[in-house]
Amino acid sequence: MRPTRRQFLATGALVIGFALAPRAMRAQSPPLPGSLNGNRRLEAWLRIDPNGTVTIFTGKIELGQGIGTALSQIAADELDVDLERIAVVYGDTGRTPNEGQTAGSLSVEQSGTALRFACAEAREILLTAAAAKLGASTADLRVSDGTITGPAGAQVTYWDLAANAHLEREATATAKPKPATEHHYVGQSVRRRDIPRKFTGGAAYVQDVRLPGMVFGRVVRPPSPGAELLSVDEARVRSLPGIVALVRDGNFLAVAAAREEQAIRAREALKQSARWKEAEVLPPSGEALYRELMARPAPAQIVVDKTAAGVGEPVKRLEALYTRPYQAHASIGPSCAVAQWQDGKLTVWTHSQGVFPLRGDLAKAFGIEAKDIRCIHAEGAGCYGHNGADDVALDAALLARATGGRPVKLQWMRDDEFMWEPYGSAMVMKLAGGLDAQGNVVAWSHELWSHPHSTRPGSSAGVNLLAARHLATPSAPVPPADVPQPAGGSDRNAIPLYAFGSVKVVKHYIAEAPLRTSALRTLGGYANVFALESFVDELAAAAGADPVEFRLRHLRDARGRAVIEAAARRAGWTPAKRGDGTRGRGVGFARYKNLACYCAVVADVAVDRASGRVRVARAVAAVDAGQIVNPDGVINQIEGGIIQSTSWTLKESVRFDRTRVTTRSWADYPIVRFDEVPEVEVVLLDRPDERFLGVGEGAQGPAGAAIANAIAHATGRRLRALPFTAERVKHALR
Amino acid sequence: MASFTLRVNDRSTTVDVEPDTPLLYVLRNDLELNGPKFGCGLAQCGACTVLVDGKPVRSCVATVASVANGRITTIEGLGTLERLHPLQRAFIAEQACQCGYCGNGMVMAAKALLDRNPRPSDRDVRAALNGHLCRCASHNRIVRAVQRAAAEMRS
Repeated sequence: MRPTRRQFLATGALVIGFALAPRAMRAQSPPLPGSLNGNRRLEAWLRIDPNGTVTIFTGKIELGQGIGTALSQIAADELDVDLERIAVVYGDTGRTPNEGQTAGSLSVEQSGTALRFACAEAREILLTAAAAKLGASTADLRVSDGTITGPAGAQVTYWDLAANAHLEREATATAKPKPATEHHYVGQSVRRRDIPRKFTGGAAYVQDVRLPGMVFGRVVRPPSPGAELLSVDEARVRSLPGIVALVRDGNFLAVAAAREEQAIRAREALKQSARWKEAEVLPPSGEALYRELMARPAPAQIVVDKTAAGVGEPVKRLEALYTRPYQAHASIGPSCAVAQWQDGKLTVWTHSQGVFPLRGDLAKAFGIEAKDIRCIHAEGAGCYGHNGADDVALDAALLARATGGRPVKLQWMRDDEFMWEPYGSAMVMKLAGGLDAQGNVVAWSHELWSHPHSTRPGSSAGVNLLAARHLATPSAPVPPADVPQPAGGSDRNAIPLYAFGSVKVVKHYIAEAPLRTSALRTLGGYANVFALESFVDELAAAAGADPVEFRLRHLRDARGRAVIEAAARRAGWTPAKRGDGTRGRGVGFARYKNLACYCAVVADVAVDRASGRVRVARAVAAVDAGQIVNPDGVINQIEGGIIQSTSWTLKESVRFDRTRVTTRSWADYPIVRFDEVPEVEVVLLDRPDERFLGVGEGAQGPAGAAIANAIAHATGRRLRALPFTAERVKHALR
Repeated sequence: MASFTLRVNDRSTTVDVEPDTPLLYVLRNDLELNGPKFGCGLAQCGACTVLVDGKPVRSCVATVASVANGRITTIEGLGTLERLHPLQRAFIAEQACQCGYCGNGMVMAAKALLDRNPRPSDRDVRAALNGHLCRCASHNRIVRAVQRAAAEMRS
C-alpha cells in the first residue's frame, strides 16, 4: 500500500475525466491490444521509480497459476530490465486496471498483451528522453538492465529519467514489441515468485492477513437451499465466551468472536438451537436427474446448423446420450475474506477472481457507491473457477457491520464450502451422427441441456452473492444469459473442429437452477469435449477406423493435427491395436473454447474387472499454446489439468436428496490421491511467432475423453455417464 | 480457560485457552505462524499437519492439552527463506505446487517420512502422502521434490 499511488489515483482528474468522456469521443479512439483497450492510460500499467524498481499493475490475480511470474517475464523483456527489479501489484480496486475476471485462460492473452505493449511504449519514451539528454539518436542507444548507453559511451538510467519520464498519457500501442529472438525471459522456465514464501510460512494467503483488533467470524448457513429460519436461541450464544457480535438478518446468521475457536463453538451452538422450515426443492438423483433436466422447459436454441456442399447421405447412423453430474470446485482451503468498515467505507481482502465485479455487487448489496468500497486481492487456495470466494466477502462484510469498526476474518467451514459453493452444472449431451460408405462422418448433431455456467458477480442484474438471497430483504440475482459464442458457456466446445459433412448444435439453456451453478474450470467445455470425443471414437469404431487416423482424416486445422500427431508419437500409439479386456489406450483432442490452446491427450488405463476400479496409468499430452512465456508454467497447468480431470472423470459427483445437499466433507466427495494419479508427460509445441493462447483449461476435456475412450478400448464397453466409479464400471462389465 | 506452555520450534510460549482448543488456532492466531492451514477441521486433508515429537499430527483436531508436553515443529521450524531446509529447497526447485495451500502438510509429512526412511521408493513416498489431499493436482511434482530432498539429505 503505497500512499503516493493511491493519492495519485484519488486525485487523478485526467484519468477520471477521460473515463467519463462521452461515448462519441471515446469511439474515435482506435482499439488497443489486450486489456489496454479498456484501460488506456500508460501509467495505470507500470511505474518506474528512481530507486531502481519497476512496478507493474495487473487487474488479474494470482491463484497459483503463476500469472505474476509470467507477466513479470513479459515486462522485463520489453523494458530490458532484470526480472528482480520488477514488483507486481495484483487486482486492487484502489490501484490496478480493471480487467474483469481472472478466468477463461485469458490472463496472459489479455494482461500479458497489454503489459507487453505498455512496456514497449514506456521503453520508447525513456529512450526518447535519453536521446535528448545524451545528444544521440534513439537508434544508436543500447539498454541493459535499465542503463542506456549512447554511441560515445555516455550513460543514463531509467532511474535517472524516472521523475521526468511522463508515462502519464494515453497508450498508443505504436511501439513495436520485440521479436521472440530478442527475449531473455519469455520462453524460459523462470521460477515462480510466489512459491518460496508458500513453503517457508510467509504471509501468502488471505488467511494470513492479520489486522489490529481483528476478530474471527463464522457463518451459520441454512441446512438446505429452501430453508427458512424459524427460531434460534440468540441470548444463549451471546453469553458464550468471547462473543463480539451476532448477526441475524432473515435467514442469514453469523457470529464474531475474539478467538477463532470461540467463533466455531458459537457456530455449533447456533446450529444446534436453530429451528428451520425446510422444503423439497432439489432435483432427483441418479438417472432421474438427467430425465428431469431434459424435461425442464427451455427453448431449443440453434448454436450452429451448417451443411457443406455435396455431402452424401449416411449409410450408417449412431446415437448416444452422455451425462455429467454436478461437480464441486472442492478447494482445499475453504473460502475466506477479511472485511472492515471505517467511516461508512468498506475494505475487503479477498481471493475473488474479480475484485472490480465483486466491488460492484457489494455496492448493490449495501446500497452504497462503489467508490466507497475497496477490494484488495489476497491469494486463496486454488479455486478452479467461481467457488465461495465472492460469497464469503459479503458474509464478512455483513458481520463486520456489527463489530464497531473492528476487522473480521471469516473463513467458511468445510461443510459450508461443499454445501454452498456454486457447482459445475449437471449436463446431458445427446450426440447423433452418420457415416457414408467410405466411413466418413457426413452428419453430426450435438444437443445439450445445461444450467448456467457463469453466475459470477456482475454477470447479471441483482446481487450474485449467496448471503443476499438469505437476508430479510433478499436480493436474488436475475438468472444470467448464457456466455455467448464463440467462447460459449453451456455450449463451450460443442462445435466440432472436425470437417464433418453437416453439423448441427442445439442447446437447451435452463437458466433457473435448483442447485446454484457457476463457472467450474472449462464451463461446459469438459462435458462437451467428453461427449464429442467419445462419440468420435464410437463413429470410428463403427467405421472400423483407428481413432487417431479417423481424427486426422476429418481435421483440416494444421495446428490441431500437429498436437494429435505429437501426442500419438510420444505415447507410442499403435494403429488398430486392440485392447485385451483390462488394458486400453484412448485419445482425446480439443482446442479450448475453439479459441485458446490446442491439446491432445493419450491415456493408458488398467481396468480391474472384478472390482470395476479404473486406474489411469499414464497420460501423454501435446500442447500448442502459441508463444510460450514460461514452459514449466504451461506444463504445470497441463499436468494439473489432466490429473484434476482424472479425478472428475473417475470419482466426482455432488450428492443430495430432495431437500439437502449431502456432500459435507471429503468423505462424501472423494478426489484422486497419490496412489491414483497417472504418470504425466507433456510435449510442448512452441510457436514463438504466434500470439499467446491460454492454457489453464486446455487439458480437462481431452483428458476426460481420452480416459473414456481408453476404457472402451480396454473392455469393449462404452461408458457414457460420468463419473466412472468402480461400482458403475463393474456394473457395465457384467 | 487454562494455561498451557507449548514448545514450538524450540521456543516456549504460554497461552491461556480452553483445553480442547485445537492446536491449529493457537499456532495460527496466538503464535502467528502461517504454515499450518485450516482445510477441513476433520483430519481428512492434511493441510494443518505439524510434527509433535517428530510424528505428523493433524493440528486441526489435536487439542492443546494433548500436545502440551510434546515438542512441536511447524514448517517455520524447518528453515527460513535465507536458510532453507532441503525439503523446502526441493519443493521450490521442483516448483511442486500451484496454489500451495496443501504444501505445508506435504512438507511436514515428508519430513516425518525421511526421518524414518532416508531412502524411500516412490511407492513409499506416495504411501506416506496418501492421506494428504492436493486439489491442483501437483502430486507427481511433490513426489519428485521429496525424492530430490532425500537425495540431498543423504549426500
